[in-house]
Amino acid sequence: MDAKQDSHTHHISGQFNKDLIELKKHLLVMGGMVEKQLASAMEALVSGNSALAQEVRDNDKEVDGMELVIDEEAIRVIARRQPTASDLRLVISVLKMVADVERIGDEAKKIAKLSIALTEEGQPPLGTMEVRHIANHVTAMLRDALDAFARFDTEQALAVIKEDNTVDNEYRSATRSLVTYMMEDPRSISRCLNMMWILRALERIGDHSENLAEHVIFMVKGRNVRHVPLAETEKLMETGKTS
Amino acid sequence: MTINSSAVNELAKNNVREIDRSGDAPTHHQGVGRTTSAKNERGTTEKQAKIEVKDLNFYYGKFHALKNVNIKIPASEVTAFIGPSGCGKSTLLRTMNRIYELYPEQRSEGQILLDGDNILDRRQDLNLLRAKVGMVFQKPTPFPMSVYDNVAFGVKLYERLSRSEMDDRVEWSLRKAALWDEVKDKLHQGGTRLSGGQQQRLCIARGIAVKPEVLLLDEPASALDPISTLKIEELIHELKGDYTIVIVTHNMQQASRVSDYTAFMYLGELIEFDETTTIFTNPANKQTEDYITGRYG
Repeated sequence: MDAKQDSHTHHISGQFNKDLIELKKHLLVMGGMVEKQLASAMEALVSGNSALAQEVRDNDKEVDGMELVIDEEAIRVIARRQPTASDLRLVISVLKMVADVERIGDEAKKIAKLSIALTEEGQPPLGTMEVRHIANHVTAMLRDALDAFARFDTEQALAVIKEDNTVDNEYRSATRSLVTYMMEDPRSISRCLNMMWILRALERIGDHSENLAEHVIFMVKGRNVRHVPLAETEKLMETGKTS
Repeated sequence: MTINSSAVNELAKNNVREIDRSGDAPTHHQGVGRTTSAKNERGTTEKQAKIEVKDLNFYYGKFHALKNVNIKIPASEVTAFIGPSGCGKSTLLRTMNRIYELYPEQRSEGQILLDGDNILDRRQDLNLLRAKVGMVFQKPTPFPMSVYDNVAFGVKLYERLSRSEMDDRVEWSLRKAALWDEVKDKLHQGGTRLSGGQQQRLCIARGIAVKPEVLLLDEPASALDPISTLKIEELIHELKGDYTIVIVTHNMQQASRVSDYTAFMYLGELIEFDETTTIFTNPANKQTEDYITGRYG
């Protein structure tokens, strides 16, 4: 049976309701923190604001701390409540999603670090256009994946999964243009490599957002869509509908 | 690379194959019991059925306790019946060896096929049926006789064994019931002097001594402490290769631990029957979900 957005609030045990709601809320809080980290890292990169970049690097500790808190809460629910069915899927999904969210935080930290290096070089970085384009894309993916989690919305989760293919294509074409810059002017290689790492970090954020979306589908439908071609996922979603 | 990691690799390879296979089927549950998608067929599995219940209705006087129950209990597996009090799970269990006939105002309609023979048939020999289908109750019910005689009692009714054969049978039963080591020095003491958990295992030993084909357990561990409960659960695991086991339990964690299949009943109807893993991770029915997750329906 599909899980619903409010289905974790109808337990006979009020404390159990509270535990699950808190768990869900905390993952969303952590997701919000990471969204902000990514936005700040990109702003630091574009505006060459090293102070802001340093702030992002420092704030990553808070994200890491949040991961530990959520892990602990999830383990406590499992130990004390032995959740089953949709409750079990919620707890397991949160446990897995928290790891992806934390990795997204790490990638944001990496972007901040690279933006400091780029600013220190003094010369305007190459490939900024491509990077901003992809950044907009993965920012939207992350936001949509978290929304899909908050609303138990599998349609939106599926859209995020589809979106990742677009990001992968853009990543490839951006890499190609950076290679062209490097061939034209070897003095730009160091700058271009830094940009390349940033592109890579953004592409990874796209992958992690896709993972989040896959966990949302598992949480709602109880079906695993990981490591399955997109067409199969779509089929699974249609045939998996139960009354 | 160590042996361990190569073993993990092998495992990973197998899993990839599993995933490939799941690509063909619309569901990713590859097990046998995913039947609930076809509503009219709920209560069936692809496993060979030991007991097949067909259109069973049961009445306590005027009260209609079971309503058109259809279920196939798979052979050599553990099937658990769960559901709130008064849902009919014990009643269903009690029809399977007709123990309810001790009470005149209780009657059943429909069919229960044990290996294809209708045991609700008037011509069914009840003693023979109960030799094939053993039962253990919620409260331990040792007879007021020695441990040895408790186990030998049923055997004497059905078989003529020499003294040494009987000794062997008693030891075998007590060993199977994980009680031998605790009672081997007091076989001729009263069975009622054992602890509650030991008494319950004694009843199980008595139940399996006649070598039944099916074992019905009605809340076998509800009055026991956690250690005795685990011993009984371990015993159920041990026995399931040789016997078809049906267990009624209020303890859902227990059902999820010991059973291969789980049937959820509500108000006299069989709501959902599926593999235990499916019932406890992704049940198809809302009533099942509400019950096992502890929600008000």
